[in-house]
Amino acid sequence: MRRLLPLLLILLSALPSAAAPPTLTPAQEARAAAIGSQLRCLVCQNESVEESSATLAANIRQVIREQVAAGRTDHQVMQWMTARYGDFIRLDPPFNRLTLLLWAVPVLAPALGLGIAFAASRQRRPPPAPLTEAEKSRLATLLE
Amino acid sequence: MIPELGNFALALACCLAAAQAVLLLLGAERRDARLLAMAPGLAFGQLIAIATSFAALAWSNAISDFSVQNVAAFSQSQAPLFYKLTGTWGNHDGSILLWCLVLAICGATVGAFGANLPATLRARVIGVMGAVAAGFLLFALTASNPFTRLSPPPMQGQGMNPLLQDPALAIHPPILYLGYVGFSVPFAFAIAALLERRVDAAWGRWVRPWALTSWCFLTCGIALGSWWAYYDLGWGGFWFWDPVENSSLLPWLTGTALLHSAIVVEKRESLKVWSVLLAIVTFSLSLSGTFLTRSGILNSVHAFAVAPTRGLFILALLGLVIVPSLLLFAFRAPILAPAGLFAPVSREGAIVLNNILLCSIAAVVFTGTLYPPFAALVAGEQLSVGAPFFNSTVLPLAVPLVLAMSLGPTLSWKRAELFPALLRLWWVALAAAAVGIVVALGWHGLAALGFAGSTWLILGAIRDIAARVRLFRLRLSESLSRLAGVPLGAIGAAIAHAGLGVTIAGISGMTFAAQRVVFLHPGQATDFAGYHWALTALDRVPGPDFAAEVATLQASRDGRLVAVLHPANHTFPVQGTAVTDTAIRTNLVVDLYTALGAVHDGGAEVRLRYDPLAPWIWLGALVMAAGGGLSLTDRRLRVGAPARRPSLPSPPGGGRRPARAAG
Repeated sequence: MRRLLPLLLILLSALPSAAAPPTLTPAQEARAAAIGSQLRCLVCQNESVEESSATLAANIRQVIREQVAAGRTDHQVMQWMTARYGDFIRLDPPFNRLTLLLWAVPVLAPALGLGIAFAASRQRRPPPAPLTEAEKSRLATLLE
Repeated sequence: MIPELGNFALALACCLAAAQAVLLLLGAERRDARLLAMAPGLAFGQLIAIATSFAALAWSNAISDFSVQNVAAFSQSQAPLFYKLTGTWGNHDGSILLWCLVLAICGATVGAFGANLPATLRARVIGVMGAVAAGFLLFALTASNPFTRLSPPPMQGQGMNPLLQDPALAIHPPILYLGYVGFSVPFAFAIAALLERRVDAAWGRWVRPWALTSWCFLTCGIALGSWWAYYDLGWGGFWFWDPVENSSLLPWLTGTALLHSAIVVEKRESLKVWSVLLAIVTFSLSLSGTFLTRSGILNSVHAFAVAPTRGLFILALLGLVIVPSLLLFAFRAPILAPAGLFAPVSREGAIVLNNILLCSIAAVVFTGTLYPPFAALVAGEQLSVGAPFFNSTVLPLAVPLVLAMSLGPTLSWKRAELFPALLRLWWVALAAAAVGIVVALGWHGLAALGFAGSTWLILGAIRDIAARVRLFRLRLSESLSRLAGVPLGAIGAAIAHAGLGVTIAGISGMTFAAQRVVFLHPGQATDFAGYHWALTALDRVPGPDFAAEVATLQASRDGRLVAVLHPANHTFPVQGTAVTDTAIRTNLVVDLYTALGAVHDGGAEVRLRYDPLAPWIWLGALVMAAGGGLSLTDRRLRVGAPARRPSLPSPPGGGRRPARAAG
């Protein structure tokens, strides 16, 4: 039954998509829009589902609104989407072993920069090289 | 005949570029005066050859010579002349030719204005640029030749991508390229300095105007692209964190860092190694920005420029430019000893912080952009890294950057006290906090942060100038007369900082944007965002090479007509595509934005948007570029550049001679 559940959901959600969009409260609509802007439109690649004018995006918008109207949480809607379309649909990549480096860079980069700057400022500078004879005589003439 | 002439000129340019590289670098190594004297001539020669070649391609486009494959594939005879001409660079082959043309212009400019450079340095700079040019001209000649003929020629061309038939997008590539390619000059200076084993205050002075000019163009180019996305794509977005956008942002970020660190090199002879590295990195990012996005590796909306078969050649070229540069840097950098010492709290310290934060943002954007192909390669997994990731990771780095931007100019060079500097900013901080609190009371936390930051930047810039003219400390007339004495560079910097504040205000204002999509029949109306929107007509209108569906929308407020808007859909029969043509009414504070959706059953789906402060996003960028331009006219950059007296013998092994720092 567990394995059948996603299939069942797809079937169930496919049926009412042809119908009119469910009426949502403003709070629910805002939630739906927030979820939609986290999802990638799979047809046009670089727009979110909320922004895209593609048919697929319109269908996904409808599915989100139906699920929100049915009282599912943001997390559950997201899970439904990734179960169906994979992590590719999430514009915000999940945090896992593969994306560890991706999420570490925003912390590591400034830390590394500050570390290097600190190390460079602590570095002892060599004293200036003593003047050569030629330079000394030139200095003497300049000072006169 | 004309295309063959173009092809010949292209080959000639490639030979001249190769000669430029070999003869000048060799001449500088051997200090051969005859070879060194050839530098400007070779640079001009290459420019003339490429300009001829480019003109030949433009001509073939203008007369719709469909026997040229490139013209047949991307142009068509009924297109307006303007778009025939801009079509010259509206495709992969032509855009590479444009890229080479801009590189040649930069080289020739160094030749023209470089008379006061030491002869070997000038020869090396032009030589390095010749080496880069030779590689890309070879690529243009062999792998993406725009002059390939077709036999038999078709009767009609396939036409330009309709999305590109737009005035802003037509001038977008040349401006962006001036920015990208302009950074080849700081790069060439960096490589030349490493070859000369010497970086001093004079080097910082020569590099800064180039970095500044490129930065101004890049700023305008990015803003134009963003503006185009806003009004052309039809849903009001202005920044997608698309790979191509990101790759133009990367050199902008490191270029901004370079711009600031070069000041420290010039005034304090410090941060030299770092500035050289930044110059190399910035141009490397520019190169990848132009070419990596077309190798088909990155997933992007700029699909018109994708040419996967040429990817390998491009990658090899990128490697050939970037790897040897970094190797040379690794071997030679330790020679460049820093001279000026400074305390962590000082103007230099603030610029170091600016550099760290800008480069961190660049690192985040770089990783985010390249992670999806990386993940696909390493783990075979499909990932998306989009706006939510970039917004949440860039913001924490941008906040301290903005804070430092108003604080930095109040600090003195070498050593400063933090507390008195903060005291000088008290009213700026107070105003920013007040604005932030007022907006936060409304409801939106992020917008509050944005508006507070924007106030902080704009008032901080005003405070900087006010302090310089001792406003309210002296009589007003005296302050005004002091204004004439303030260096233009300082005024330009203040304007550029304020410009970022304007852009941030625009972005923050857009968080209050509202939109509604409605289906209307002619004669129907809807109320939205305080306006009454009536669809009065829906017409079919023929265009020069497209058919248009044009809606007439009247927006009125309190019974008074505010705007009549004509959003349209253009269908291009030759290309078989349609584009939306939005209609926007702006009063520079609020945009009323309309786009036409599907038209059926005698009615039309219209998208209505109310975008507060949207124009400020791009106005801010213009202000930034204007600030940069004003700095360029600073006497200190124009005349002052210059010269280590050539009469003095150069000490062997690259000993340093202190060059006098300016003002």
